[in-house]
Amino acid sequence: MLEQKLADRDRVPVRSAAAEDLRSAYTTHGLNSYQVCRYSRQLLVPAFGIAGQEKLLSSSILVIGCGGLGSSAALYLAAAGVGVLGLVDRDTVELNNLHRQIIHSEEAIGTSKVRSAATSCRRINSSLSILEFPNGFSADNALEIVRKFDVVVDATDNLPSRYLISDACVVARKPLVSGAALGLDGQLTVYNHKNGPCYRCLFPVPPPQSACQRCSDSGVLGVVPGIIGSLEALEAIKLASGTGEPLSSRMLIFDASLGRFQNIKLRAKNPSCVACGDNPEITEANFHNMNYEAFTGVAMTDEVIRKQVVSLSNSLSCLELRKRIEEKVPHVLLDVRDEHQYAISALPQSTNIPLSQLQKNSQELRDIILDDEKMPVFVICRRGNSSQEAVELLRNSGVNALDVTGGLEAWSREVDSKFPLY
Amino acid sequence: MWAHSRGGLELLFGSVKCHEVDLDSNEITVEKLLVWIRENLLKERQEMFLKGKSVRPGVLVLINDYDWELMGHLEAPIKDKDSVVFISTLHGG
Ligand SMILES: [Zn+2]
Repeated sequence: MLEQKLADRDRVPVRSAAAEDLRSAYTTHGLNSYQVCRYSRQLLVPAFGIAGQEKLLSSSILVIGCGGLGSSAALYLAAAGVGVLGLVDRDTVELNNLHRQIIHSEEAIGTSKVRSAATSCRRINSSLSILEFPNGFSADNALEIVRKFDVVVDATDNLPSRYLISDACVVARKPLVSGAALGLDGQLTVYNHKNGPCYRCLFPVPPPQSACQRCSDSGVLGVVPGIIGSLEALEAIKLASGTGEPLSSRMLIFDASLGRFQNIKLRAKNPSCVACGDNPEITEANFHNMNYEAFTGVAMTDEVIRKQVVSLSNSLSCLELRKRIEEKVPHVLLDVRDEHQYAISALPQSTNIPLSQLQKNSQELRDIILDDEKMPVFVICRRGNSSQEAVELLRNSGVNALDVTGGLEAWSREVDSKFPLY
Repeated sequence: MWAHSRGGLELLFGSVKCHEVDLDSNEITVEKLLVWIRENLLKERQEMFLKGKSVRPGVLVLINDYDWELMGHLEAPIKDKDSVVFISTLHGG
């Protein structure tokens, strides 16, 4: 029986459109006997059934981002039998991705995320048609890509991409499933569906840069994006198959620490929205001129760029720091990262006072400088940005503070590659 | 009434997610609640929560699980036993 089914599968490529000659005299639908068996457990769900599966098999879904959200979203879409799956990401797999990006494996480190994700999806469902977009998503290619699909899933990790994807879906008239996760929190909604809002209806003005937290700074418990990504797959399947009530004009808010889901009622679409309103300012004609990084003041990558703020005369390199330590030049080595980061790894003989505490209570600085006002205070952090803020603060209080350029990441690069980086 | 904060905003309130607030009158507006929060609860970095009379961009206000846009925005009434949630939009993944 099973052998016969596998033989059937081998004879023709099992794509929904190519299933013609496997159609049975016993059925009136478009699924062949292999597909009936493969998807039987969801065919048995009355609200989904043959009609839902047929629609799903002939639908196309685009997953933008093959990270924490995209991993579970793409795997479930592949397994559920979407006709065409699109995958977008320009990054390569890194070791620190693997705790949450379960579509990638250790062997894939250093290779394209899209390629790795496509391989995993094909391993689950070889009958899947996959379109790979390894060059990422930008105002130049967004409309062209989005137009190839019925439903779009936003599984990205940054603010400018969220505006870009929402605008592209509005212009191309596609429903958008949008999920986000950080720390122990998750959010999910469907934009641009029927009378529901788009991303700009909810957030016409981008938040200040300081409110844009990243997974690489704030952390994320791996399973949280896994849950939200799974829910994104669910909403995409519902939209593509016409099942149930999509999460439009509503938002699901997940608090993992309390184990609580909240389902909230959102506003309808805003008639004066610049994207989806009655007289939109963002149109097909001007779309490719949009600059989303400038609009939000945030880069489209998860990378953190270090800016030199402190003058070079008030800085020292990691190699210079090592020399002072080895020569036992009297100094204080002040690490201004948050306590939970300091607990991961730190230089010996360093003192930890988080920047936030320094900002609140400058008296603490006095304590670390001991008796000698001239005692140099070498300030270090993870990447060398907060340390510069601390140096400015300390120097304004009359402390002889110097910035360790590039922080612990530079220490690992220049002095000791065995320092545990995170 | 109860004031909740989510999506990282609780960090501005000493990591406390839920505050019980006793109202002086039977009914106040969101605008008045924001003033009260600024004066009594907000421990640090006000600009991460407020902008002018309102919340900063990227914060949704929910009154009994309804978007405040549906309830009258700053004028939305709040009564005893109501639940107000301030939620910061997330972008990570
Ligand atoms: Zn809109």
